Amino acid sequence: MGALLTVVIFLPAAVAALLPVVRGEETVKRLALAGTLVNLLLSLPLWFAFDTATPAMQFVAEADWIPRFNIFYRVGVDGISLPMILLTAGLMPICVLCSWRAIDRKVTEFMISLLLMETAMIGVFAALDFVLFYLFWEAMLIPMYLIIGVWGGPNRLYAAIKFFLYTLAGSLLLLVAMIALYFEGGRTFDLTQLMGQPYSPLFQMWIFAAFFFAFAIKVPMFPFHTWLPDAHVEAPTAGSVILASVLLKMGAYGFLRFCLPITPYASQVWMPWIAALSIIAIIYGAAMALAQDDLKKLIAYSSVSHMGFVTLGIFVFNAQGIEGAILQMINHGIATGALFLCVGLLYDRTHSRMISDYGGLARSMPVFAVCLMIFVLSSLGLPGTNGFVGEFLVLVGAFRVSPFVATLAALGIILAAVYLLWMTQRVLFGPAPASWRWPDLSWREAVTLAPLVILVFWIGFYPDPFLSRMHSSVAALVQQVNPGWERESDMFVDLLEPFR
Amino acid sequence: MTAVSLFDQFMAIMPEVIVAAGACLILLLDLVTPVHRRAWLAYLSLAVLGGAGAATLLLISTQIDAFGGQFILDPFAAYFKLLLYAATGLTILLSIRYLEIERIHYGEYYAFLLLATCGLMVMVSSGDLLMIFLGLELAAVSLYILVGLNRHDLRPIEASAKYFVLGSLSSAIFLFGMSLFFGATGTTHLRTAAEALAAQAATANPTLLMAMIFLLAGFGFKVAIAPFHMWTPDVYEGAPTPVTAYMSVATKAATFAVFLRVFLEVFGPLRPYWAVWLIALSVATMLIGSLAAIAQQNIKRMLAYSSIAHAGYALIGLIVGSELGVMSLMLYMAVYTIMNLGAFGVVILMRHSGVQGEEIGEWAGLAKSHPAAAFAMLIFMFSLAGLPPTAGFIAKFYLFMAAVDAGLAWLAVVGVLLSAVSAYYYLRVVMVMYMKEPERPIELAWTPAAAVALLAIAAAALLIGVYPAPLIEYTQDAILRLPSIP
Repeated sequence: MGALLTVVIFLPAAVAALLPVVRGEETVKRLALAGTLVNLLLSLPLWFAFDTATPAMQFVAEADWIPRFNIFYRVGVDGISLPMILLTAGLMPICVLCSWRAIDRKVTEFMISLLLMETAMIGVFAALDFVLFYLFWEAMLIPMYLIIGVWGGPNRLYAAIKFFLYTLAGSLLLLVAMIALYFEGGRTFDLTQLMGQPYSPLFQMWIFAAFFFAFAIKVPMFPFHTWLPDAHVEAPTAGSVILASVLLKMGAYGFLRFCLPITPYASQVWMPWIAALSIIAIIYGAAMALAQDDLKKLIAYSSVSHMGFVTLGIFVFNAQGIEGAILQMINHGIATGALFLCVGLLYDRTHSRMISDYGGLARSMPVFAVCLMIFVLSSLGLPGTNGFVGEFLVLVGAFRVSPFVATLAALGIILAAVYLLWMTQRVLFGPAPASWRWPDLSWREAVTLAPLVILVFWIGFYPDPFLSRMHSSVAALVQQVNPGWERESDMFVDLLEPFR
Repeated sequence: MTAVSLFDQFMAIMPEVIVAAGACLILLLDLVTPVHRRAWLAYLSLAVLGGAGAATLLLISTQIDAFGGQFILDPFAAYFKLLLYAATGLTILLSIRYLEIERIHYGEYYAFLLLATCGLMVMVSSGDLLMIFLGLELAAVSLYILVGLNRHDLRPIEASAKYFVLGSLSSAIFLFGMSLFFGATGTTHLRTAAEALAAQAATANPTLLMAMIFLLAGFGFKVAIAPFHMWTPDVYEGAPTPVTAYMSVATKAATFAVFLRVFLEVFGPLRPYWAVWLIALSVATMLIGSLAAIAQQNIKRMLAYSSIAHAGYALIGLIVGSELGVMSLMLYMAVYTIMNLGAFGVVILMRHSGVQGEEIGEWAGLAKSHPAAAFAMLIFMFSLAGLPPTAGFIAKFYLFMAAVDAGLAWLAVVGVLLSAVSAYYYLRVVMVMYMKEPERPIELAWTPAAAVALLAIAAAALLIGVYPAPLIEYTQDAILRLPSIP
């Protein structure tokens, strides 16, 4: 099975290497689609064969890489990375499909970039060697830079370079932290070994600082979020989907994989500050989203808000919070990715992203309207959709630490309902501009959205297959960062007592 | 010192002899070669380099102090010699068409290129300050001529004059340092001086410190570290591009090799003094190089400042001075040679009849008309910026590792932050190539030789980035063996 994981990582890159010699754009697109679909199929056995009982890494594969410096090719998955890998593998065919017509020049190059992105993204989630992780982490920047800069909107050059430099600056600090860990942790880059060791508080504080900048920029957390709206707005639809659905998750994944296990002390020390930044992100992102007329910008700021829930859930250090955060990562990947797809569909027809240009779409595009409504409801966390489960778990986790924080975070959900429903109302209902009559979803577009609709309700009604795969890994993680949490009095019950 | 047979001593200098004889042969053959057959001289030079390479490979694991310790043959020198052959050979492959376009396709070009290489080889193998000076001057004089090879144009002449005046000054300073060194130690022989200094237990003799400063200035000029970098942008811009490419990698690599040898072997005991100065110079160099490159519109000037910044990074390896430091500097020089030659190689191709191709704006839309060349340039730019999965990342990774290992984590942080700055100007080239529409159709001066060279360089830049283990193993084996290195 370890070999299968390696195949899942490198298959897209192999397909990408094949594309330049293929003649004809249609063939290129079909080949790319086939490659991503096969990769999804290949990743499914990982999901089903996953042993939910153990927090240990599974499907581990190992090979020499630079043996002189203890650097190995080492990949494996646990309950935290597995959902992310499936999410990535699942979204890539959708990204290829949604670019079918939208990308009309340099198609081969675009598909190559997409496929290389897939290899790098899955590699990030699967890497168990720090150098390997860093290699994939940075290698993502190049194709993403090209996707935004070559196939993006009018202001793409500015957005692309801002995205690149912002993320690069953060990642480079990660590089220094990684080297420092190598020497401090006994000259190894093996993540499982690095996690298992105690480090001095001072060392942890420095390492945490470097980690924090790298991951906070990627998430992005509140003061580091300014690259996101630009990148989202200018990127082509597939780029926005990848950014929102997978790239942002890498920051959160970094917090889970590195900050909590390697620097538990520093994480505890900084926890109130990060909780505060998360709350600011939740409310500020929502407030900014309220004021946007550009659909993509609105969704971008809603991402800032939603990712605030994720970082909050991670930094409450209990099982509910972290499981909620991981689920919220998946949910955000599905719902926000889908919302970007919807905007992309509209843009293909009208070449406008301004809410004020739209109105009454429900009449001419009823199927589209239903889909958009479903994703909006999922995004604002309506019970029965996936968004509810994740946000609810995060709030429960936060409530156990501080009811005040949980209350503030809940405010974000209310605001989300306001800006999302208001947006929907203005786009779907009301008077349609004269002479506007757009075709409803084509079969290709319907196929892109259908799996996401199914996932919205599946996770909404029956999240257990997802949660059960996280349980043991998250429990082990919580044990590592916050050993005493299970002994804490259950505030959730205590607070309800007066009302009984 | 054990006696070495005369035969072995001559065998030890065989690579240098081959290269020097080859240069003379080319000068002679040039007289009888018709203009349109001059490309054969290029192939002959390649054969000469191949012969020297074979000789070096034969001697690769020998350790000989020849001619009374004047000439040292060790794996460390062999490593840099192989690097020099590669740099020279690739330069020759890339330059034929360029020289024809510029109407400077003289046989002397190849002869002086080989002579410069010979000088640098001597330098790398020197066991005595005088030998270093000899090699340094042979290389420098050849390069003065090469820089001004295009005598129909004002810019190369200006560059050559500037390089000559400043280069002579730096040679004089170096020579003055040598005389002070002789005054302080009574010898110019490196190993004897090292033993004498070790016995003195690192007393800060003012004469010796002055000698060290002067020698440092001499080396600093050659590798272009601030504040001795002023000549670099002008000379790099004015010189014929293949010469710039050659200078920027070969001179730098060879000088760093001898810089290492002198400062670690001889001045090792004085490391507390020079390490502090070099840290300051390294930070200043990285800073000046990275910041000044941002403002450049001419790609040769941009690459000149970028090469200054890279010298600042490489200096970290010398500052650390540990085994890991030396290894990282050696690795950095190899990788830098590859990626910088590649970048200049594409610049060379851009020179087409009537088009200078040096303004970055002229590169607009290159990806559309010449996807292969643009993709190669993309690899080199990301490699120079130090991004995985390219060789540049591996090189920077080991330098920063050496710095952190030596307790200089803050220097590594400065280095990585300036890498982020430098990404901006490398990215600008990528942006112009890929994201701007071409103003006019671009033609490239492709030749099969240049295509082979660029393909090899690009493949190496990617391969080392993905699987660096063999190169790292070799670098470790060739590391400078000194008692002072922990």
